[in-house]
Formats: sequence, structure tokens, C-alpha cells
Amino acid sequence: MKYSISRFIVSNIIKNIFPRKGTEYFVLVGFILVLLIILMAIFAPFIAPYDPIKKVGEILERPSGKFLLGTDGLGRDVLSRIIFGARTAVLVTFLAVSISLSFGVLLGLLSGYTGGKFDTVFSLVMDAMYSFPGLILAIVLAAMLGPGILNTAMAIAVIYTPTYFRMVRGLVLSLKESLFVEAARAIGAKDRTIVFKYIFPNVISSIPIVLSLNAADAVLTLAALSFLGLGLPAPTPDWGFDLRAGHAYLASRIWWPSTFPGLMIVILTLGFSLLGEGLNEILNPELRR
Amino acid sequence: MERKVELKVVNLKKYFPVQKSFLERLLSGKIEYVQAVNRISFEVRRGEVFGLVGESGCGKTTTGRLITRLIEPTEGKIIFKGEDVTFIQGERLREFRKYVQIIFQNPYASLNPRMRIGEATAHPLEIHGIATGERKKKMVFEMLEKVGLEPAKKFYDLYPFELSGGQRQRVAIARAMILNPELVVADEPISMIDVSLRAKILELMLMLKEERNLTYVFITHDLAVAKYISDWIGIMYLGEIVEIGRKEQIFSTPYHPYTKALLSAIPVPDPKREKKDIKLKGEVPSSINPPSGCRFHPRCSFAKDKCSNLKPSLKMVDKDHYVACHLY
Repeated sequence: MKYSISRFIVSNIIKNIFPRKGTEYFVLVGFILVLLIILMAIFAPFIAPYDPIKKVGEILERPSGKFLLGTDGLGRDVLSRIIFGARTAVLVTFLAVSISLSFGVLLGLLSGYTGGKFDTVFSLVMDAMYSFPGLILAIVLAAMLGPGILNTAMAIAVIYTPTYFRMVRGLVLSLKESLFVEAARAIGAKDRTIVFKYIFPNVISSIPIVLSLNAADAVLTLAALSFLGLGLPAPTPDWGFDLRAGHAYLASRIWWPSTFPGLMIVILTLGFSLLGEGLNEILNPELRR
Repeated sequence: MERKVELKVVNLKKYFPVQKSFLERLLSGKIEYVQAVNRISFEVRRGEVFGLVGESGCGKTTTGRLITRLIEPTEGKIIFKGEDVTFIQGERLREFRKYVQIIFQNPYASLNPRMRIGEATAHPLEIHGIATGERKKKMVFEMLEKVGLEPAKKFYDLYPFELSGGQRQRVAIARAMILNPELVVADEPISMIDVSLRAKILELMLMLKEERNLTYVFITHDLAVAKYISDWIGIMYLGEIVEIGRKEQIFSTPYHPYTKALLSAIPVPDPKREKKDIKLKGEVPSSINPPSGCRFHPRCSFAKDKCSNLKPSLKMVDKDHYVACHLY
């Protein structure tokens, strides 16, 4: 009995988790990185050794046994701050991606399927948004909306909405001319049924790739906004903000308050990118050369 | 015994505007049209099969899509069971779809790749609110078994990509037939299926026809298929019907030179038989600028002066047998 269970685990779980192809390792590594940071965000209060917004030691203490990654300019524990910073990063990224995904996909479906003037207007608006340099648009919006988690997420979401819109609209334009959609009309399906039962399920498979690549980008945009002081209000632990606060000390060779938050930004971005690129290669085998 | 007229098509016309670039539109002000279907008329009686035969590009598929109201006609009338359905919309159109169904040529494209077979077959029932729950499932099982997808339980949960072309076409037939329609337009339903399976699909369609007293408009480019399945045959050339009659009349005494050429192209399995092929000159002209007069005249070996000026209309040459040609 015991033997068979262990064999079951080996054959079905381990072999599925450790695939053999190179690109699949990309996905796996990306997935693990993202998962670790998400777990870190969820269990932050249990993992973090100190309160991230309280002065717990001397200012700018070197990494030591007491403060593994040292303390920052206000005497706060850097390790606790990056652990809690994961919450901000994950939450804002999640919100930004969900908002842009829902609006982009819904408008893309509607615009592509309806066509005509409605489509022309929406496409023009989205193209105009798309043609702005993303970060500058986000800076303007963040400055207008003011600090706060939801506001920052919305500022970031606006940049990525056109990506989904354009992708979905393009797919809908070709799918709505397809024979199976005509067949759906022949059996008397209403437009709503056609969009949600015939077109949408055929669009879904392209979303995860764009989603993870956008998430990677959103992490960077959030970091940039906080770096410029347009992110979240001050005491909230936030990688971009801490990077900014710590970079002043770099000249005095005090590297730890800025390096570790920066590293976290790199890790999360890398995780999402690997996931996206890997998924892209697996789901679109024709791109493989 | 004269059967009731199920479908009547009168002077049906469909012109598609040619898509032009902005610059081209700027240079030449006039809009050009593809004259896909040009004033065709015919009748189909209840329980009979009307075979619509012609080369690719002659407008047979467009005719099928017009009859099933998937595209809007430019002009003309479609009368189904005495009711003018040419321009009905909304609920009335949805009601009409219960009675008139279509089977498409390409079974690889006519099924939603993300919908299981059972779901796809059941969907018409849901749309028209005919059955739900267990009763719906039972009807789907029965239908799948009827079209030869056995065991139905197995096929119910499969996706289209797991099926062969022939099986997919059976699903398409099941989906069309589950509403118990009266008129079914079959648009080359066997041309994309393996030759070995074609006869089976035709037999299935004939079996369903006998059982349900169905009426078919059977579109095909293959005269041998038309001969097998049809009661009536209409020959189309460049968007027009050139000859129409009972199957026996078309095959024994064809009048139109085009029909004769088509018939001579059917291979005869007899090596001793002397071949007298009628070979057609040239290619099918463009339907954007079709030839004046009789559209067939540039390829016709019997063409007279009159043929290039005056368009022939359908004339009765025998009972139930009509031909559009100046020779008669």
C-alpha cells in the first residue's frame, strides 16, 4: 500500500512538476518565483520579524544577526519592509491586471462584434491611449488621482487596457466571420449567446500569456510610480518607495536599504516574464523555431 | 399527385459590393458589385429534393445562405410555405430558423472547437426553449444515435477535434435535425469528406428525409451526386439558373449547351463507349463584369449574334422542364 502510494506520487506528481523541455523550466521557475512572493505577501505578518513601520533599531544598521538585511534611514527593519512590501506589489499588480483585463476584454468583445461607428470610436480611443508612452500616462493619471492602492492600480490599469482590447478585438473580428458563428446564427442563437458561448471561449486561451507579461510590466510601473513618490502614502512598505529612500545613502556605501527592495522588484518581474514567455512558447508552438 | 410547394424563390438577387481601398474609391467614383446571384427563381415541393448544380463560384452557396436568411438578399422574394420571409427579423426570424436549417460544406469549421458534441447538439433545443434537463439529454442521445454516432454516451463528451471529418458532419447533421426542421439546405455536405464515407452520409440524409418527410435543397458541383439524391435539378452558371427540370429530363434530354457539357464530363465506366466530350472554351468569366446577353455565350460553341445582346429568359421546353437559351 505504502509502496503504491509513493509510486503514485512519483509517477503522477513529480514527473508532471519536473518537465523535460527547456521552455517548460522557464514556466516552472517563473511560477515558483511568483508563487513564493504571493505566499510571502499572504503570510507577511507571520514571516516578518519586526513591525515594518516602527523604528526597531538604530538607523542604518548593517546586516547582522539581529537585522538580517540591516535597517533603513528611519531605523526600520529592511527585511520586514520587503516582506510587507510584497503585499503592496502583489495587491496593486493584481488589481491593475484585473481592472485592465476586465475592461479590455469586455470592450474588445463588444467593439469587435458590434463593428461600425462604435468600433471605430473605441478603436481610436484605445489606439490613442496605446500610443502614449505607458509610464508617462501612468504618472499623469497617478498625479491626478492621488495616492492610494486603488488609485495607483487604476492609473496602471489604464496603460494595459488597450493591450487586451486590441488583442481581443482582433480575434473577434476574425472569429465572427467564421463558419461556426454562422452556424450558431443558423440555429437561431442571439448575439449575446454567440459572443459568450461561441466567441469568448475561443479568445480565452490567448489571455494568460498577455496577462503574465503585463503583470511583469505592471510591477515595474508600480515601482517607478512609487520611486517618484506617486504611489502609496508614506509609511506603507513599498519596494519602489524604499528604493528611492535608500538610494541617497548609496554614496556613503550604505547599500542595503536600496539593494534589497530593488532585488525584490527584479525577482517578481523576472518571475512574471518567465511565466509569460514560457506559456507563450508552449501555447503557441508555431512561434518555436 | 402534386405536392405542396414548400419553398418558392422569385427573382432572387444578391450583389456584393467590391471592397476597394480609399485611393481607388477616390479615383473612380462608381461602386462595383459581384453579381453573385442574379434573378433566380425556382420552386421546391414538400418531401422532394432540389439539386442545385454548378461550378465553384457560380453562386450556389450564396443561394443557400440567402434561403436560410444568413445574408440579406438585394432583391427578390423568398416564400416559405406561402409566407414571405425575405425580410423578416427578430422573433419571426428565430421562429423561421426552427423550420429551415442548413448543413455546411466544411465540417472542420462549422463546429465550435470549444464546445463538446453533446452541448453543440443540444444548443438548438436550449435556444428555442424546447427541452431542458433530462429530456434534453435524452433527445440529444437519440439524435446522435440516429445519425450513427454510437455509442452516443461516448460522443456526448468529446470535442470536435477528437472526431473525423465524417463524424463531424454527422454532428452537424444532428444539430440541424434536432429541431425537426421541414426544409434543410445542404451546402455540398459531402465534398470535404473522404470518398469512402460519402455514400454513408448521403444514405443517412435520405433516411432522415424519408422518415421525416423533409425537403432538401441540395447544393453540389457533382452531377453524379445530384443524380443520386435529387428529384429536381437546377443548373447554375455565373449566378443564373440556365436549366431546370426533373432529374430524368435533365439527364436524358439536356437542352442547354452548358448542361450538355457538364453531363459529358461525367465519367462512364465503359471503355468501349465512344467519347464525345463537349469541351468548354476558356475560363468562367468574372462575376464583377459578366458577359452581356447570355452569360454563357463567350464559351458556347453554338453562340449566335443574338446571344451576346439579348439575355435569354427561362422558357418551357417540356412539362416541368425549363431552359434559358436562344437555341430553343
